[in-house]
Amino acid sequence: MAGKPRLHYFNTRGRMESIRWLLAAAGVEFEEKLIQTPEDLEKLKNDGSLMFQQVPMVEIDGMKLVQSRAILNYIATKHNLYGKDIKERALIDMYIEGVADLIEMIMYLPMTPRDEKDAKITQIKDRTINRYLPAFEKVLKSHGQDYLVGNKLSRADIHLVELLYYVEEVDPSLLANFPLLKALKTRISNLPTVKKFLQPGSARKPLLDEKAIEEARKVFKF
Amino acid sequence: MAAKPKLCYFRGRGRMESIRWLLAAAGVEFEEEFIETREQYEKLQKDGRLLFGQVPLVEMDGMVLTQTKAILSYLAAKYDLYGKDLKERVRVDMYADGTLDLMMMIALAAFKTPGEKEENLALVVKKAKTCYFPAFEKILKDHGEDFLVGNKFSWADVQLLEAILMVEELDASVLSDFPLLKAFKTRISSIPTIKKFLQPGSQRKLPPDSHYVKTVRKVLQL
Repeated sequence: MAGKPRLHYFNTRGRMESIRWLLAAAGVEFEEKLIQTPEDLEKLKNDGSLMFQQVPMVEIDGMKLVQSRAILNYIATKHNLYGKDIKERALIDMYIEGVADLIEMIMYLPMTPRDEKDAKITQIKDRTINRYLPAFEKVLKSHGQDYLVGNKLSRADIHLVELLYYVEEVDPSLLANFPLLKALKTRISNLPTVKKFLQPGSARKPLLDEKAIEEARKVFKF
Repeated sequence: MAAKPKLCYFRGRGRMESIRWLLAAAGVEFEEEFIETREQYEKLQKDGRLLFGQVPLVEMDGMVLTQTKAILSYLAAKYDLYGKDLKERVRVDMYADGTLDLMMMIALAAFKTPGEKEENLALVVKKAKTCYFPAFEKILKDHGEDFLVGNKFSWADVQLLEAILMVEELDASVLSDFPLLKAFKTRISSIPTIKKFLQPGSQRKLPPDSHYVKTVRKVLQL
């Protein structure tokens, strides 16, 4: 029997969190080897495990995969969460790239210099309610189905709901005028695998506060 | 007979160039509409064809696609340039994503101030020489085959050639320590569709100049 996938990353959300969400939603148990010191990271680099000297890295099915997009594509295909044909996959890809762009903006907010932070938050809020959420609300409205693509659960729904949780953390009122997205969030959150992942004690990582970032900065010197 | 794909972007490389390369490599003729004014861009946005209000935009096979990676994955799958199975596909994704990262650094450097631009481009060359090119040289060395994945031409080969040529524009000697990449470059450049694309008068675009940067800034109000 194949071993569990093993995730190599820092003890943060960063570029690994979407992978944790997708594995969890697919009902796949996984292990995590957390990088806690610069020596941990050096060791990974030196033993040739990281193709481009970067994490995330996931050991799965006898491979050492890097590049979060490649990893997510693999997991989604393997677990039938990528649509039924290449046209559905193109739609899913289009949606999730948009989700990834906004997640990236939110994820890197704590790293913004203090004097630029307010402007960045304003930009995030603006993009959220004027660019991204309306696009997804419109998709759901256009077909009236429970899922974004092909009337079936796909990674697009998982990644979008992950985003909606982050949007709520930024400002819960941002979701106010998007009833279909709110309903999607509830629906996906109630799926048994997702519900389990949302509970305390799961592999889900918390929002980093300023103190935690300062610590990480000192340890990893960035 | 199917209509030709229609590309909509600025008259320059940016985030569309890899798409042009892949279409050309696959021997697919395509049309281009170039965005030159803010008014054109606003009309595109009002038309509702830009899911997140952004280009690149590619219309093909009855779909209105945005998001570079979504478009590239669709083309790779459609034209059988994505490996023969899931395990090959994840390798194509890993390699393509890595080269795209490198090329994006070059594309974005054009928009920095002169000092920052020099610094960023120097960093790109350094990363190419110390991280990316060694990784690909090793892949070619380990299997001794002509192509990166599965002994067959794929999207990964197209992207790597594109990246090599782009970095060579910054530093002509960048391949001096990579004999297998040199041979790879010659070999892939000789493929008829690619050879044609590399000739003057093709739809391949030039490196970003001040006119291009000015146009993009004006249109996107950066």
